[in-house]
Amino acid sequence: MGQDVEITDVSMCFGDVYAVRGINVHIEAGEFFSFLGPSGCGKTTLLRLVSGFMDPTKGQIKIGGKDMRGIGSNNRPTAMIFQNLALFPLMTVTGNIGFGLEVRGVPKAERIKKVEELINLVDLHGAGDRKVSELSGGQMQRVAIARALAVSPAVLLLDEPLSALDLKLRHHMRAELRNIQRRTGVTFIYITHDQTEALTMSDRVGVMSIGKLEQVSTPDVIYNNPTTAFVASFVGESNRLQGTISSMDGEYAILNTSFGSFSCKNPQHLSQGEAATIFIRPETVFLTQESNAPNLLTCNIQNLSFEGAYAVITLKTEQGQLLTMRHNNDGTAPPIKVDDHVNVTFSRENAFLLQHGGASSA
Amino acid sequence: MLDFWKNALKDLGKIGVAYIIITVGAWMVFMILIPQLIMLDYSFKPMLALRDIGGPKDVWTLKNYIVFFTNKLHMAIFFKTIWSSIIVTSVALAICYPIAFYLAKVARSARVGLLMLGLIIPYWINELLRLFAWQIILADSGIMNKLLMFLGIIADPINFRAGNEAVILGMTYAYILFMVFPIYNVIESLDRNQLDAARDLGASWLRIHRKIVIPYAKPGIAVGCTMTFMLAAGTVAAPQLLGSPSSFWFTQVINTNFECANWNQGAAYATLLMLLCVIFMFIMLKIFKVGLKELTQ
Repeated sequence: MGQDVEITDVSMCFGDVYAVRGINVHIEAGEFFSFLGPSGCGKTTLLRLVSGFMDPTKGQIKIGGKDMRGIGSNNRPTAMIFQNLALFPLMTVTGNIGFGLEVRGVPKAERIKKVEELINLVDLHGAGDRKVSELSGGQMQRVAIARALAVSPAVLLLDEPLSALDLKLRHHMRAELRNIQRRTGVTFIYITHDQTEALTMSDRVGVMSIGKLEQVSTPDVIYNNPTTAFVASFVGESNRLQGTISSMDGEYAILNTSFGSFSCKNPQHLSQGEAATIFIRPETVFLTQESNAPNLLTCNIQNLSFEGAYAVITLKTEQGQLLTMRHNNDGTAPPIKVDDHVNVTFSRENAFLLQHGGASSA
Repeated sequence: MLDFWKNALKDLGKIGVAYIIITVGAWMVFMILIPQLIMLDYSFKPMLALRDIGGPKDVWTLKNYIVFFTNKLHMAIFFKTIWSSIIVTSVALAICYPIAFYLAKVARSARVGLLMLGLIIPYWINELLRLFAWQIILADSGIMNKLLMFLGIIADPINFRAGNEAVILGMTYAYILFMVFPIYNVIESLDRNQLDAARDLGASWLRIHRKIVIPYAKPGIAVGCTMTFMLAAGTVAAPQLLGSPSSFWFTQVINTNFECANWNQGAAYATLLMLLCVIFMFIMLKIFKVGLKELTQ
């Protein structure tokens, strides 16, 4: 069964450079937790700290309530699946899966039984005697999962293990991983730069940027209620409108921009007079006929791109600012064409006022 | 094969292809084939006075080989040479495997360069000079004895050169590179993550080496062992400079034969030594389950 992982104020320096800084997060037992961030954000370092390949410069990592400092990776209740899988090429599938059991001195009969079980769990029937070099990408993936699960880890650490697979297989393995996690009850800590992967599989996601944890929450909250500009721009697409806060209205604020004034949520509790940016998802921007609707923008249609289930519409305001919106396909063609003048609006519930600057990338 | 020649002709032209065929062919014929055949021919002929060559006494015979199997002393030296060469090979392997692993997987790249230089620099000096250096180090009043006496480990100087010790030591030193580099090359290409994965799955360092690194390094180990063994069995300088009569090497017997103008006997012994080396190579291949192709890579 899974164990919880408590990461308290963890920092890791390489020379003068902080790879991770001041990380605080409590990952529940049996949870599927993802660290999401661009390459170089420190997520792999964090995973290697949990697995015990190195100890943090500062802070504490507890697994199952036990401080892990000084305990090597071979003695931690964790198992890691590497980005390149790191299967042992000279061994068979059985040899690979049984390796952890063998080094733990598990008797041969028991080992064979356990390996057989795992081969069934990951759907590799009949492949036991094959060399790993003869397997397909998806099969290798399964061997790596089985090999890590063989040692009955309380926490499974996955370092972008799906990145080498093709799209279709990746979709399939996502569901498979989620399934295995539910069946085994092991805590999964998953590292990825792919937001779809993180959002679809995880119970909770921690978004990281240059060594820091920006936001930890469930996938829907991360997507719908980002608390920093980085999260809003890294996860999903966003339209941005820049301006200055003119007045406050409870948990909302009014932002003055060169396109007009807009009302939106103010999760960072910014105060009047501060410069800020509104983030709006393309799918929460709508066409409207009303000329006095709140949060109204008058635009020109620059481009229409029909994608099947929806159309992506590129809009341009009179001031030249570009916006995108998604128009869902309801079976009829959208009543617009390129160069039309349209009014669009968005709800203040779906727009977020966040401080720009600092870490931001899209 | 035909395509190969067609392409070669297209890329290099007639003169280019002819150049390659002639140079490679000449090298094979004059450097490999003819000397070996002459040696074989010598080894199956009796030693004759100049006037008897081409005469009725000039016949093929196994006499030179039979001499070996009836000469107990020479047989003893032959087997002692094998045994000593195996010891040199084993000692070199024991020393070089950790060095190779350290260079390939542990040391930072700046340090690797420095250590490599340290390994290579002695080879800029002639082998004979290096052996003379060991002669000085291991002499009765040499550094080694002085050091051991200073540390109080021994009371009287040891005569290192009385037995095989000095020869084995000198050879191990002389052939370290030939063992380090093949092993280093192979281990270098081993994915670091495999070591981490094995560690992560609970393996001790000893087991990681036994189950992951050594199986992977086998071709390198086989090459290193074969080269070191051949060099050790085939050298004449080290036993001559560092040895004593009791550490006589089979190459010295061959050398003596040639010096005493019994080229036929020497050729037969040299053939035997070559045969031994070939057999040793195949045993190595068998032990490490490596193909001839992998070995030559």
